Amino acid sequence: MDVLLQQIINGLVLGSMYALVALGYTMVYGIIGLINFAHGDVLMVGALTSWMLIGWMSEAWVGLPNWMILLFATMIAMVVCAVLNFSIEKLAYRPLRNSPRLAPLITAIGMSLLLQTLAMIIWAPNPKSYPSMLPRDPIPIGGAVISVTQITILAVTAITLALLMYLVNRTNLGRAMRATAENPRVAALMGIKPDVVISATFIIGAMLAAIAGVMWASNYGTVQHAMGFMPGLKAFVAAVMGGIGNLAGAVVGGIALGLIESLGAGYLGKLTGGFLGSQYADIFAFIVLALVLTLRPSGLLGERVADRA
Amino acid sequence: MMKTKIGKFAVYLLVAIAMLALPLVLQSTGSNSWVRIVDMALLYVLLALGLNIVVGYAGLLDLGFIAFFAVGAYLYSLLASPHLTDTFVFMAEMFPNGLHMNFWIVMVIAGCVAGMTGLILGAPVLKLRGDYLAIVTLGFGEIVRIFMLNLDRPINLTNGPKGISNVDAVTVFGHSMSQRLTVEFGGWTYTFESVTLYYYLILFFVMMAIVIAYRLQDSRIGRAWMAIREDEIAAKAMGLNTRNLKLAAFGMSATFGGVSGVLFASFMRGVYPESFILMESVMVVAMVVLGGLGHIPGVILGALLLAGLPELLRHVAGPVTEMTGGRLAPEILRQLLIAMAMVGVMLIRPKGLWPSPEHGKSLAK
Repeated sequence: MDVLLQQIINGLVLGSMYALVALGYTMVYGIIGLINFAHGDVLMVGALTSWMLIGWMSEAWVGLPNWMILLFATMIAMVVCAVLNFSIEKLAYRPLRNSPRLAPLITAIGMSLLLQTLAMIIWAPNPKSYPSMLPRDPIPIGGAVISVTQITILAVTAITLALLMYLVNRTNLGRAMRATAENPRVAALMGIKPDVVISATFIIGAMLAAIAGVMWASNYGTVQHAMGFMPGLKAFVAAVMGGIGNLAGAVVGGIALGLIESLGAGYLGKLTGGFLGSQYADIFAFIVLALVLTLRPSGLLGERVADRA
Repeated sequence: MMKTKIGKFAVYLLVAIAMLALPLVLQSTGSNSWVRIVDMALLYVLLALGLNIVVGYAGLLDLGFIAFFAVGAYLYSLLASPHLTDTFVFMAEMFPNGLHMNFWIVMVIAGCVAGMTGLILGAPVLKLRGDYLAIVTLGFGEIVRIFMLNLDRPINLTNGPKGISNVDAVTVFGHSMSQRLTVEFGGWTYTFESVTLYYYLILFFVMMAIVIAYRLQDSRIGRAWMAIREDEIAAKAMGLNTRNLKLAAFGMSATFGGVSGVLFASFMRGVYPESFILMESVMVVAMVVLGGLGHIPGVILGALLLAGLPELLRHVAGPVTEMTGGRLAPEILRQLLIAMAMVGVMLIRPKGLWPSPEHGKSLAK
């Protein structure tokens, strides 16, 4: 089996999930300058909601093909996450928009913890196995294998990104979002309602996170309340890497981080003669982050100078 | 004037007596668990006071603070447990009687090592500001934890997920604090439980920390930190060496972390990587921010509330757990309370429960 090609495939799949989550971070940060720590947990809610729905639907509609159940579950999970993120912003972040800068950050961390705890109460803390709704047989390509789930992840990411780019660059809402990110006050003078734009940003981010959550769960096969935090954190790293506030940067950063992690995990053992193994994969993201921030604080594609206080 | 001075003195005296008597009252309930909770709460106070230097005074958000705590805890566990002599032959040859380094010596070493770690971490990242610094320090904390978790191979340094056990207890005046101490005083005997002895030891360190924190706050360097917090560019323009000052804040707070770590390891008689998860860093930050950034009484209040109250509630949570059919297990209830406190307090009092009266003075107009 070709290890390099296999790791590249895995890296691309991982990276496209990071990219979807990173977009949510980068849009929120670009507009209100807040690291939404709870974003990763929205992903978790999406995954667990879809898990629950798949369980119900498989029982209720026996004849329905699996992919349709997955599609329905994903769509409902997107709506649930959108409502959730909208309420979080409205209840927890909006009242703090002009407070000392640590306050919203602590609230966001608290929100993340709250979501995890509520998930533990609603769905119990044990890890649950996520049914595989797509054909399992791996497809061989050039010495490596790729699963149908992985192909779907790549395709869905590509479609989602295209839709998002269209939304941001071609529609009125997108223009309003970009204007608010540039300068909220002037945007408001031009007749844009910043609150509406911010709510829309949170809703879009939550939908992307829900999609990523379903993908994450399908790819790894387990779901539990703590599953969102690490991907969320790494997605933030990806967003910073690409230049925070920059949508294309988030995608590039996400895919780059996915590749770095997967190749690193695959080759670290060989490079260090077995001293460091793949269990250190998790630290790549943070080392990369420290390097990017010290060497190129504005990120790979960032135009804005990163000195947000 | 005279009267208020006496009044103040009386208040201090009462607080001191209450602090000294507290564990005796608690241990008289016959269970050590209450004293243990108070001990842990005091350790959190120590941590929060340390973190307050960097977050409260200098205004740099450090989300990896628990890493320094881990450095101290692991250092003491390695130097005062059979782990190293059991694992390495040459260590066993070097220390035929086992490696049992004195608590106070390790305390000094750990303070220095943790401080150095803080400086090494701080040097490359301190030019980052705000949220970026938070994420990088968070990453640092995770890196330290992942190493602690995995350094059991190829050479077994930290014993991996199993952690290090059989760590020596502290010995003060020839008495090991893991034993209860019976005092005889003219036909009247009193037995101090081990946890009560630890209470006094930790209290001693907390008192030292409070004194140091106040002295730092009123010193030239403390004022410089606050100047940086309020406006870094203005502080620089006034001729402050902001880089060195920030490094000093990082190193100083790391030292506090390391010292608390040594206390923790000797109190728990062991260390496990799960004690140093990100959640713990977050907890300490939450204590500082909820209590009142940069305000020592506020920070102490925040630490006591967040560390103590959920534990208290956990002990009375039996009915709630039963009512919900075990869904609201005590551990989950505790986490729920902490999460709600973090969100709720920030919404109601964004500056903390007991904020410093001076904080943000420049903006008050």
